[in-house]
Amino acid sequence: MSLCMLGPTRQCVLGRAASSNTVQFYLANTIMFRNTYDSDNTVFSPQGRLHQVEYALEAVKQGSAAVGLRSKTHAVLLALKRSTGELASYQQKMIRIDDHVGIAIAGLTSDARVLSNFMRQQAMSSRMVFNRPIPVNRLVSTIADKAQVNTQEYGRRPYGVGFLVIGQDHTGPHLYEFSPSGTSFEYYAISIGARSQSAKTYLEKHYEEFAESSLEDLIRHGLHALRETLQQDKELTINNTSIGILGPKGEHEKGVTSEGSFRILEGEPIDVYLKTMEPKVTAESASAPAPSSGDEDVQMAE
Amino acid sequence: MPNMSAIVHPQQRHFNPYAENGGTILAIAGADFTVIAGDTRQSEGYSIQTRYAPKVFRLTDRAVLAVNGFAADGNMFVKKVKQRLEWYKHAHAKDMPLRAIARLIQTMLYAQRFFPYYVYNILGGIEEDGSGAVYSFDPVGSYEREACRAAGAAQSLVQPFLDNQIYFKNQTAAPGRSHPSHLPLPDVLSIVVDSFTSATERHIEVGDGLEIYIVLAKGRSLQGVEGLHGLRELSTQEDGERVFVLQRDLKKD
Repeated sequence: MSLCMLGPTRQCVLGRAASSNTVQFYLANTIMFRNTYDSDNTVFSPQGRLHQVEYALEAVKQGSAAVGLRSKTHAVLLALKRSTGELASYQQKMIRIDDHVGIAIAGLTSDARVLSNFMRQQAMSSRMVFNRPIPVNRLVSTIADKAQVNTQEYGRRPYGVGFLVIGQDHTGPHLYEFSPSGTSFEYYAISIGARSQSAKTYLEKHYEEFAESSLEDLIRHGLHALRETLQQDKELTINNTSIGILGPKGEHEKGVTSEGSFRILEGEPIDVYLKTMEPKVTAESASAPAPSSGDEDVQMAE
Repeated sequence: MPNMSAIVHPQQRHFNPYAENGGTILAIAGADFTVIAGDTRQSEGYSIQTRYAPKVFRLTDRAVLAVNGFAADGNMFVKKVKQRLEWYKHAHAKDMPLRAIARLIQTMLYAQRFFPYYVYNILGGIEEDGSGAVYSFDPVGSYEREACRAAGAAQSLVQPFLDNQIYFKNQTAAPGRSHPSHLPLPDVLSIVVDSFTSATERHIEVGDGLEIYIVLAKGRSLQGVEGLHGLRELSTQEDGERVFVLQRDLKKD
């Protein structure tokens, strides 16, 4: 059963309720009073939630999808670039932080610029002061803590962007998710952004293959995962796809450093990877009619 | 007569922020290559601090910076220049052109006009048009593009030699012929090695070791350098400008 409430701001909110009447009433109240607890990030809601932070997470969910996955040797990021129209360029989704760290973004690009600039400063400072590349987990923790400040200080708004961070250290490649709530986790594979759940489903199905995968296979899995997030009749092209790679150079690459520094592939160089994808199975192709024999006789289906 | 030596004179303790670490650097530009070299001795007064302290550094695949004067300032300055080049790379996804690096070095040096980096810089590499280039700087950023320059302790011994051998000063060409505008790489390398061995003979602050960097323009073959003993490649890309380094010994006395 569903219910509709008209709150003080005259918004009609639909919610799915469980069978008991008390729960119905409880949920009705949640929805009705959400607006009174969501203006300041320093105000908890009665349910113990910070709505401003949740709205910030919503901004990430509205951004176009990004997928990350890793093997024992490589870590890759794949992102879908959005464009406002045929005449416009595609929004950049991937940023290089240092030789051994790269990120894919989802959400407010301007916030991403500011945060990635900060990450670059941190990385450079680490090299200058300690004469070694910044440990990736430390870098991610630093921006997570920075984002947390904006969820607790009055008058500041949370960052409206989430990152997938890939990095490399002496223990191998790593993949992290950073979210504006101030949390960060390490993953074998993850996706963020619009319709990212479809990508996650693909990743959950195949993640056991990733550890031993070659770079080309890893990218192929990533492309398949990314394709799941596409709307009907859209496809991955060299213009709307971005691939970020960390680790030793692959078969189709040239000009990669011996340390396997982070590089971003866009445009023509991606074509060879797009071609390794399995053709999409659509409803039409699955029930394709038997080929005609050239005359008008109706043929029996094979 | 009262004892003059018993009179107390005013004294002042003062910390001198600078030191002179000796050494010499040199750069010569060819038609499609540039050679940048420096000895590796670091001294203070009559003492040697170390026999191997590099003074010449690769900035990008097309730029090499040699720094001489006060070693601490030199090393720090190189680190800061490298950081600025990284920011440029982040913003523009490509390396900074050589003439832009030269101008950047000027602004960085002049920014410290009232507490200067005590460093004489020589920037060498390949310009955007593929020609070899040498830029030399004073400690506060005055700079100029040249065909060749020597700086440091033995500057007064080496620069006149270069003026004669590179610019052909005080030399007349054979009748009917003119001096070449650019010398080939093997000749330039010989001039560099001879400059340093001679400087080592007559200047106490020069010696121990010699490090020579060679920057080649895009597409220029290794002709003239292939067989050199101990040649090491430092370039990161396969199809751009290339940087090589060479080490030789110099007398240790």
